[in-house]
Amino acid sequence: MDAAHKLEISRRGVLIVGAAASAVAAPSVSEAQAAGADAPVLAKVAFEVNGTRRELELDTRTTLLDALRENLNLTGSKKGCDHGQCGACTVIVDGRRINSCLTLAVMHEGGRITTIEGLGQPGALHPMQAAFVKHDGFQCGYCTPGQICSAVAVLDEIKAGVPSHAGADVTAAPQVTSDELRERMSGNICRCGAYSNIIEAITEVAGGNA
Amino acid sequence: MKFDQPATTNPIDQLKVVGKPTDRIEGPLKVSGAAPYAYERRDVAPSPAYGCVIGATIGKGKIQSMDLGPARRAPGVITIVTAQNAGPVGKGAFNTAKLIGGPDIDHYHQAIAVVVAETFEQARAAAQLVRVNYVRTAGEFDLSKAKDGAKAPKQLTGGPPDSALGDFDGAFAAAAVKVDSTYTTPDHAHAMMEPHATIAAWKGDELTLWTSNQMIDWGRGEIAKILGMPKTKVRLISPFIGGGFGGKLFIRADAVLAALGARAAGRPVKIALQRPLMINNTTHRPATIQRVRLGATRDGKITAIGHESWSGDLPGGKPDGAVHQTRMLYAADNRMTATRLAVLDLPEANAMRAPGEATGHMALEVAIDELAEGLGMDPVELRIRNDTQVVPDAAGAPPKPFSQRQLVECLRTGAERFGWARRNPQPGQARDGRWLVGMGVAAAYRGAPTMKSAARVRLNGRGLVIVETDMTDIGTGTYTIIAQTAAEMMGVPLASVRVSLGDSDYPVSAGSGGQWGAASSTAGVFAACMKLRQAVAEKLGFDPDKAVFADGRVSAGRKAAPLADAARDGELVGEDAIEFGDLSKRYQHATFGAHFVEVGIDPYTAEVRVRRMLAVCAAGRILNPKAARNQVIGAMTMGVGSALMEELVVDKGQGFFVNHDLASYEVPVHADIPHQEVIFLDETDPTTSPMKAKGVGELGICGVSAAVANAIYNAAGVRVREYPITLDKLLAGMPAVA
Repeated sequence: MDAAHKLEISRRGVLIVGAAASAVAAPSVSEAQAAGADAPVLAKVAFEVNGTRRELELDTRTTLLDALRENLNLTGSKKGCDHGQCGACTVIVDGRRINSCLTLAVMHEGGRITTIEGLGQPGALHPMQAAFVKHDGFQCGYCTPGQICSAVAVLDEIKAGVPSHAGADVTAAPQVTSDELRERMSGNICRCGAYSNIIEAITEVAGGNA
Repeated sequence: MKFDQPATTNPIDQLKVVGKPTDRIEGPLKVSGAAPYAYERRDVAPSPAYGCVIGATIGKGKIQSMDLGPARRAPGVITIVTAQNAGPVGKGAFNTAKLIGGPDIDHYHQAIAVVVAETFEQARAAAQLVRVNYVRTAGEFDLSKAKDGAKAPKQLTGGPPDSALGDFDGAFAAAAVKVDSTYTTPDHAHAMMEPHATIAAWKGDELTLWTSNQMIDWGRGEIAKILGMPKTKVRLISPFIGGGFGGKLFIRADAVLAALGARAAGRPVKIALQRPLMINNTTHRPATIQRVRLGATRDGKITAIGHESWSGDLPGGKPDGAVHQTRMLYAADNRMTATRLAVLDLPEANAMRAPGEATGHMALEVAIDELAEGLGMDPVELRIRNDTQVVPDAAGAPPKPFSQRQLVECLRTGAERFGWARRNPQPGQARDGRWLVGMGVAAAYRGAPTMKSAARVRLNGRGLVIVETDMTDIGTGTYTIIAQTAAEMMGVPLASVRVSLGDSDYPVSAGSGGQWGAASSTAGVFAACMKLRQAVAEKLGFDPDKAVFADGRVSAGRKAAPLADAARDGELVGEDAIEFGDLSKRYQHATFGAHFVEVGIDPYTAEVRVRRMLAVCAAGRILNPKAARNQVIGAMTMGVGSALMEELVVDKGQGFFVNHDLASYEVPVHADIPHQEVIFLDETDPTTSPMKAKGVGELGICGVSAAVANAIYNAAGVRVREYPITLDKLLAGMPAVA
């Protein structure tokens, strides 16, 4: 199969999937739309957050990040840039880490969302959270929830064999090395500069040596 | 408590809790997302309105007209505040430009309005509908052009702007070996992860701001001044701060506009500055042009040292203090420094981590490397050869001694630990596979100022010790070192201490800035604990001078009682401030360090990779080695940023920083930073404070960029004097690839 043909298939695939998704999961636009051209368009959406089903009626412009922070009061996910540049808003949706500021809440009908609050709480920390405390993988703490959500997903990605730029051979199973972790974590900025400690924390959770 | 004599033995010296690498006590809150930052205080403002700030889109000029009509009619809009309708708004004493512009515009993205609406989305959408007509006026945005018209500032950090000793010109002219190099450093952004953010709420004429600010009492006074109200009617609350680096020393537009918006809306308003607005709206570290001249004898004794620095700021602004360390680091009989300030119409220049020294080391410590090369001398040895134990720049007798100065030990220890002996002094010779490899070194100097700092410590009937001070924790570990201090003083485990910070209702602390926070704020807690110990001893009927506080008990002679007994009839309170006498005039209080860096450079692309980093620091008693180490590695990381990538690009025609977001203002990411090592030399300094401590957060950045630059030179033989050292500046000079 040549490259152009592959692209054609995948483009069609996207269209088909997109259509199916909208047929099944299109949020129902409420009456508010009729209130006037300028009135915010509200839509209902339901998804699971940290194991609990949540139903919301939201301005369709609301990002997943703002829905979590402003509507559900889950302020552990941070807004650092609101433009997908810093990673502070990283959450895990359907098993994959995403920048929650770069996606609209209404796009996640039926989604399973894990935020930092869902990983663990003081007194019952997730091993990654505990390792960040032990290795002092933060200072101000503002990028930390995003770093931790990212780190948890990174280890799953490595386990699943998802390749990265750090690997010489994309078909080989990636290993938990410092270079792999640094490459995969590079979407999460820590301006306090605790990177060296963060890699040690993740390495410990992965059971390796940094 | 007055601190005007060197400390003798005190309870801190027990080091049962202080000096231990304790995990951060607020760590579990931060790693679980439970620590509440300014914008997140749903508990205090359950249904706030949202503000969206509009920034001016010219570099200099006037607003001719503003059409607010369509925005006012937009759904959800409650009010729009501009300079025209805000009522009297003053300028803070710490601000160079006013925080709300109009009709005059002083700089690009100066705030000109805030749109307040029911939701964030509505405020943002309505802000897009505001139409503004400007009349642009010419401005000066180019430091290299403005340089020749630059003037001597009134002062440089409290002293005269220029210094001179001996005969610099004569000694430099006569020197056997010379360096005369000019370096440039660009404008830098703090780029802290949490945007400037505030929730404002009025109760009658009283204003409460939940904000993100390093200096609570300064901020309280500034809000009072700006809004024309009594300071006593203003309350600032800032328990968690998502990074500052000097960018949150001062009140900024988010706080003022939230207060004005809340007053106009009649309900609480919250604002976070939009990330793309932050860089031009708030402050930055100014660009510098620096000329360093060094003259030495053939055996490496520096005879002449001269450092001139130019920077720019808005009218009434301040210079960068790039010459500071040159007055302190090396002996030489003939010396001069000069600082010149140009007027630029760019956004306000102001303090960023180690203001002055951060940029100054980037020039001086490369010049020293150049001198070492000219002499054919090892750069570590050259620095050691020119050490001094007295302030070399102080004219007149007797010379002022450093209270502690272990620069030589830092350099020697670092050289040993880093494997400096393996460095090939001939540039471009060392290889690791295809990589060109080089090592660089730089010395580090940063002052160790102290500031008056107060605290209140309460003991309750359950034996809990509760510390209250308006001190802030900006990631620096304040919560933890204050808890360690109180635990040590009161003889209780860390778990029996609670620390409440960042509230202007608490006693006024030193705040976080200038590397003074750790030593000053813990000394304030020390003073308050001494008062509480006195009260406890009196309550229990013990001789206060003989009472020993340990293991949750108080004992004196054969008498002993649980600490909690002292509070059985009600809480006991100790409140005091530490006030520093003239010890810092008798001794120069300073911290020293040495940075070692190894880089690899791709011989084909000139890509630079930092491979190893080591910092050796001598900075007084280290109150918590884990937190202190983190401060230093963070500063080393920021130093890599300013060496290799950080640069606010000036549009010299339009007058603004072009790369005003986190994608285009590049800061180091995980992939840029290797494992980092930090060594703290044993040091206690009884002249600084009863804690015998100093600070490390700013020392850590001083010299890092120069060490990187020197390592690059050692690896590839290319000397770049215009930071950041990007590959385009290296490529032309790269050695031929075999």
